[in-house]
Amino acid sequence: MKEIHDYQSDIASIRSVMERSVKFLSLSGLSGVLAGIYALVGASSVYYLIYYPYSPFGFRFYYVNEQAIVVKLMLIAATVLILSVVTAFVMSQRKAKRMGTSIWNKTSKELLLQLCIPLATGGLLILILVSRGYFGIVAPACLIFYGLALINASAFTVREIRYLGFSEILIGLIAALLPGYGLIFWALGFGVLHIVYGSVMHYRYDS
Amino acid sequence: MKNPFEQLDRVLEHRVRLQIMSVLVANDSYDFNSLKEILNVTDGNLASNLKALEKEKYLSVSKSFVDRKPNTKYKATEKGRNAFKKHLDALEALLKTQR
Repeated sequence: MKEIHDYQSDIASIRSVMERSVKFLSLSGLSGVLAGIYALVGASSVYYLIYYPYSPFGFRFYYVNEQAIVVKLMLIAATVLILSVVTAFVMSQRKAKRMGTSIWNKTSKELLLQLCIPLATGGLLILILVSRGYFGIVAPACLIFYGLALINASAFTVREIRYLGFSEILIGLIAALLPGYGLIFWALGFGVLHIVYGSVMHYRYDS
Repeated sequence: MKNPFEQLDRVLEHRVRLQIMSVLVANDSYDFNSLKEILNVTDGNLASNLKALEKEKYLSVSKSFVDRKPNTKYKATEKGRNAFKKHLDALEALLKTQR
């Protein structure tokens, strides 16, 4: 006959197994903080490329339309993106090892798939619009589609990702209302928000 | 009131079987290797408990090949879901009597 505390630990194990079987919990919070720092470094280098010596808060009478500058901007954005993805992968792998699981499992595949659908849609839409000269769409659309991707994927990982998604959408919509300040909102959404939510996740889950 | 001990499912009193059913109730389907990783059990242990649950018709098995490697997927049946739910209710009732 089982003892009463055996039944109590049965229930505890059901809860833990259910959560671990659905959610990818090895996501590293610290890698979010680092991604935010990369984004801020990227945004400041864009500032020096385009605005300097004018303040980024001042209203601009010109916008980015030179081919050479657009290529440089895309290179900086791609570098930030690749560095962030690699960092997230390496640090989450280390965390997964500490937790005794793997980084490539059913939950992480589901998480990536749900993340990539809105992200790929948004990315292609932005490229199409940019090729037609709608440069003003870039910052708000990046933020909004990234936010949608996070909310879509949040069922498969920690709940902070959902709130991060809502914050990104909010900042994206404000960026759409205030054209000309794309860089500021881009830095806020991809830099500051990642640092804030990354730290929260780090203190809650990385140990 | 009925004795909650009698409401417990004998098959699900076993920890690994209960955990297998937890995973299958929370997910559409789960494959052998993913189950092994989550539950942290040996191949033999997992296989024999899956067999026991299959015998009770608590889960259904489908075999296929992914990259030429065999891939066995498990799904909870309606009977399995009901049994799991009943067992949880019984556990709940049991713990309530202890407070």
